[in-house]
Amino acid sequence: MSNQGYLSDSSAARITRVEELAYELTIAEVMTKDPLTLAINMSMRDALDLFAKYKISGAPVAKDGKLIGILSTEDLIRSLRDGRIDRKVTEYMTHNVFTIRKHEQVVEALKLFNKTKVGRLPVVDENNNLVGIMTKGDISNGVLEALQRDLEAEELIRYRASHLFEDIVSDRTSLILRYSIKKDDFLHGGAASNRIKKALLRLGASNQVARKCGIAVYEAEMNLIIHTNNGGFLRVEVEENKIIMEAYDDGPGIPDIDKAMTPGWSTASSEVRNKGFGAGMGLVNINNCVDEMVIKSSKESGTNLFMIMYLDKASKQE
Amino acid sequence: MNIGEIALLVQGKILTDGVNTKLEVGGAFAGDLMSDVLATIKPEAILITGLNNPQVIRTALIADVRMVIIARGKQPSMDMIELATSEGMPMVSSPLGLFELSARLAENNIVSFEQAFDLSKYD
Repeated sequence: MSNQGYLSDSSAARITRVEELAYELTIAEVMTKDPLTLAINMSMRDALDLFAKYKISGAPVAKDGKLIGILSTEDLIRSLRDGRIDRKVTEYMTHNVFTIRKHEQVVEALKLFNKTKVGRLPVVDENNNLVGIMTKGDISNGVLEALQRDLEAEELIRYRASHLFEDIVSDRTSLILRYSIKKDDFLHGGAASNRIKKALLRLGASNQVARKCGIAVYEAEMNLIIHTNNGGFLRVEVEENKIIMEAYDDGPGIPDIDKAMTPGWSTASSEVRNKGFGAGMGLVNINNCVDEMVIKSSKESGTNLFMIMYLDKASKQE
Repeated sequence: MNIGEIALLVQGKILTDGVNTKLEVGGAFAGDLMSDVLATIKPEAILITGLNNPQVIRTALIADVRMVIIARGKQPSMDMIELATSEGMPMVSSPLGLFELSARLAENNIVSFEQAFDLSKYD
């Protein structure tokens, strides 16, 4: 989170999940509900006893459910200094209290905490009834709980996905992922492959299997972007015991596959090399990563790259 | 060394928010051609590169890179910083060149995370 505690326009482009949560979460979700309130006929001594008993350092003062002030330990100290601990809380409380509405975003509370330097904010509903109280600690707790929920949601997705093949019974179950790759789309180059890698991890593949498949489809994806006439397609079929990856296009075909399989041999232009590609390692890398690789290529029908990775049960992540 | 110490050592600026600067890294790899990186980089390496485009981040993600250092003071685009941030890939921009960067890291016990490429089967 930025030093200001809330977002400036210039940093808005780089938002972390925590900052997002400051906008997603509402006050009602993080506040302490039904806070301890002080009645107007209570003495400062009553307040001191309650603060000590509940280990709190401040509380709102309410009359008929409406907020009329707030009392803090500083007010208690003042009354002790004055030797007037038996006076009413209404004499020492702060009357003009900063409040926040329960449907506001958490970021509004952060702004208010920063602007006013108060330690706690009473929360009111649309009819100005006191419904809660919040401190910066409540925000931290609320954000941590939300992050925990994120994590659990991801774990649940992962768990469900990784048990797909056990849950769905057929003679041969497979999941097919398809991606359309545009010619010369360097901006998104590798994006499909990263999605494939993430999907494989979710499906329960080991880090090593996901990395190897990721490298193979990444090279295939970049080949479609760099070398084809009109781009092409990536197709990944995941089964319980193997992953079949395919890249196909409609031309211009590879004139000499043996040469293309030579480490360092490349037909890429210097422009493509300046972008960091054309090392002449693409097909070589693929061959090193997968268990089987077949290339069929002709001028007429384009190139079909077929790759298989076998999954033995032992290498699967539990 | 951890990511924060490495950034300091290479006079670098951490460009991605939310980086765990205490994360330890033991080895590095330097290169400008992404297929070379994929061919021989070991997992959990620092990737030092003079290349400055989003493919660096996508390559780093595929290769399980732990941290990216962009050499020669190149300033990555906002798109690239956003991609790195959202994918949790720490990215540092350093004014040093590839050689100086590598030398400094080597002096501080960062080892090579480059695995030899077996050329014999292509003879």
